Amino acid sequence: MGSRLIQVGRRLAQALPSVFGVIVISFVLTRALPGDPAVYFAGAMADEESIEQVRRALGLDRTWIEQFLIYVGNLANGDWGMSLSTGRPVTEELMQRLPASLELTLLGLGLAVAVAVPLGVLAATRPDSWVDHLCRLLVTAGVSLPTFFTGLFLVYIFYYLLGWAPSPLGRLDILYLSPPQVTGFYVIDSLIAGDGETLGAALAQLVLPAATLGLFALAPIARMTRAAMLGALGSEFVRTARAGGLSSAVVLGTYAFRNAALPVLTTLGMVFSFLLGANVLVEKVFSWPGIGSFAIEALVASDYAAVQGFVLAMALLFVCVNLAIDVILTLVDPRVGLDE
Amino acid sequence: MQRREFLKHLGVATGASVLPFLKYLPAEAAGRSDTLVVVSGSGINSLDLHRKGTNRPSYQVTVNIYDRLVRFGVKTLEDGSLAYDSTKIEPEVAESWTVSEDGKSLSFKINPKAKFWDGSPVTAHDVKWSFDRAVSLGGFPAVQMKAGSMTKPEQFVVVDDMTFRIDIPAPSKLTLPDLAVPIPFIINSKVAKAKATEKDPWATEFLHKTAAGSGAYKMARWDPGQQFVYERNDDWALGTKPGVKRVIVREVPSASTRRALVERGDADLYMNVPAKDAKEFEEGGKVGVSGAPIDNCLHVLALNLKHKPFDNVKVRQAIAYALPYKEIVAAAAYGRGKPMFGGKDMTPADITWPQPFPYDQDFDKAKALLAEAGLKDGFETTLSFNLGLADWQEPTALLIQEALGKIGIKAKLDKIPGANWRTAALVEKRLPMHLENFGGWLNYPDYYFFWAYKFGHLFNSSNYKNPEVEKLVDETLHMETSEPQYVENVKKLISIAFEDVPRIPLYQPYLDSAMQKNVSGYASWFHRQLDCRGIAKV
Repeated sequence: MGSRLIQVGRRLAQALPSVFGVIVISFVLTRALPGDPAVYFAGAMADEESIEQVRRALGLDRTWIEQFLIYVGNLANGDWGMSLSTGRPVTEELMQRLPASLELTLLGLGLAVAVAVPLGVLAATRPDSWVDHLCRLLVTAGVSLPTFFTGLFLVYIFYYLLGWAPSPLGRLDILYLSPPQVTGFYVIDSLIAGDGETLGAALAQLVLPAATLGLFALAPIARMTRAAMLGALGSEFVRTARAGGLSSAVVLGTYAFRNAALPVLTTLGMVFSFLLGANVLVEKVFSWPGIGSFAIEALVASDYAAVQGFVLAMALLFVCVNLAIDVILTLVDPRVGLDE
Repeated sequence: MQRREFLKHLGVATGASVLPFLKYLPAEAAGRSDTLVVVSGSGINSLDLHRKGTNRPSYQVTVNIYDRLVRFGVKTLEDGSLAYDSTKIEPEVAESWTVSEDGKSLSFKINPKAKFWDGSPVTAHDVKWSFDRAVSLGGFPAVQMKAGSMTKPEQFVVVDDMTFRIDIPAPSKLTLPDLAVPIPFIINSKVAKAKATEKDPWATEFLHKTAAGSGAYKMARWDPGQQFVYERNDDWALGTKPGVKRVIVREVPSASTRRALVERGDADLYMNVPAKDAKEFEEGGKVGVSGAPIDNCLHVLALNLKHKPFDNVKVRQAIAYALPYKEIVAAAAYGRGKPMFGGKDMTPADITWPQPFPYDQDFDKAKALLAEAGLKDGFETTLSFNLGLADWQEPTALLIQEALGKIGIKAKLDKIPGANWRTAALVEKRLPMHLENFGGWLNYPDYYFFWAYKFGHLFNSSNYKNPEVEKLVDETLHMETSEPQYVENVKKLISIAFEDVPRIPLYQPYLDSAMQKNVSGYASWFHRQLDCRGIAKV
């Protein structure tokens, strides 16, 4: 166990240069954007003088090097800066919005896995059967339907026409107030508070956006599962296991699937990180107060600290997710080591 | 709907009137007559309009929770919609005011009924502190105060606790109306000063998140990025008591979702509806639409004189004769725009502003003018527009591109992201041909000319420079409208705009809002925000 901890520590240390690189790149890229925050924040009728005032107040009249040193110094003290457009510390914004995005993404991903993995396995075991065609159809639909379209379509059917879904107004309907904050996940927080009514409301709000995301995430997972399973089923050890008279459940579950799980897990890690950043459109359609819409608004306003904070948070999350996936991989398959 | 029913009973059982915030907001929020649910495309980012970076939607907070010395009245339009009346200035915190004989000082008597939320009376000291703040913090508030000739704290004098005086360097018709715009709102200075620090003498940190005012509504709750809730201040005595007790403004970024919410009846009011949706709401008949042309606002095609051949007035006129005005009003504004073409004469009959320009689509005239300018075969240029306003600018740009092609002008479309637009169009003024949409808060033609036709001024993105315009605007800007010279000067200005067309008006846009049939009292305002004080629900 000790050696594993050392391995994890070493992996984390390896991530440090890339995190530093992300800090530098996000700093330079935000400043290379053509927008001018001083002009933007000086407001509708500002003249040149007031724009200059704003520029000085924001510290943007200093050189990039100076600005960067100040930024890194602040980061080292845990100060990610203030978001200009919301006027609140970036960390506070991210802490509030990240759980909203995570809750939605995890549920969407969970739905996708619950559908895609069995579907992929079935499709691989019965190539060219109707299950395989269904899998192909879903994968094609998932890849080719833009998420905002799926989202609007679901809203139109289930909210507008049928009235089954609650109004697409973010995490809770107007009738409810958020449960007392513990984790920031409304589902978990309302469970902790023992408030079934709010739990139901939070889940009801989650269904449509999570389904939208799920349909989108389903495609790569189902494809990867099917391909990996086909590969595993065609391999010699499966033939041997079959020849040895093992039941098909054991062959499928223990031998084939366990081997096929490796690429599927890696894909999951990728899909998760991708979903978290890419669900902006879903957030827009469902008025979800998540991290994606925050990042877009910050970009539009050239809100430097907020954009950098978002990129940095995503980079850190990416590092963690990759690490977690790597650790899980070693558990699933002893042959995989954390290094070498 | 069972859940709603359940909650309704629950709400009654637990006493919905003990709210604000127990566990639930009142059941059937959208169905109750004392709660108004508003959906809005973008959220607020501050409760303090004087702060740097406060966005446009936040102006409505200032309007609803703070009071000003004076306010504009409301008038009924021909179609029954309500709109603010720029000619009628009514008392708010000031119960009366007098202007000195030389016109250089305005004295305001403060209404003893004006009370802050903490019960303390509004005094001249609070007014002075708030006005000092507006001119000292810089940025947009300072610019807007300057429009009313207010630039330094020394101009604001506390005569006694209940009398406040403003001294201006020269008489100006703009000072009084400028006190009715959102900027000069009155803050409870005792509360704010207690939170001020040496580094932050104007308590910007505190007032950014906490309001301290006297207005008809209080801020009950603000969840950034999601919603905010106004709660009526039942002690407010400076006007008719607002009709709704609670207003929930929910941020819904997607226009399609906003539309669905209103059509399903889950939202009562939808501010600033895109023209297309407004038209379809009206045709659908289920949802009411209230809208008015925005005063002193024009959507224009601006031609930049820094770029050849737009320095040639004949080329500009040729373009004015080539534009497809009718199609633009029909296809880009969906009819929700007042036509600004087809005027009769090159000299204006009166000083109505905006008024139709004496141009209409006429390719022969356009070609003849181009030939006179020595550009018989046309030329190439770029037509830039703001992606942030793509809902009307993109179709407009396409229609213009097509029409210009018919007189040999090849215009390449250049889409500029919203964040970069201000820098490119207004600050650097480097776009040859572009769409622009300035609207002046103070409803005077000379005020429009001041911003959009004077050289170097922000909205003069055409780099237009005419010594006569400079002189006329300077002379007229502060002049009383009753002076005979005023009419003459404004007519002259308008005729120069007709002749020189650095900005070719396309139409005067509408500000449309959709609401349930049981919502009444909604009025359009020059600041284009929701003033919920007049709204009632049955």
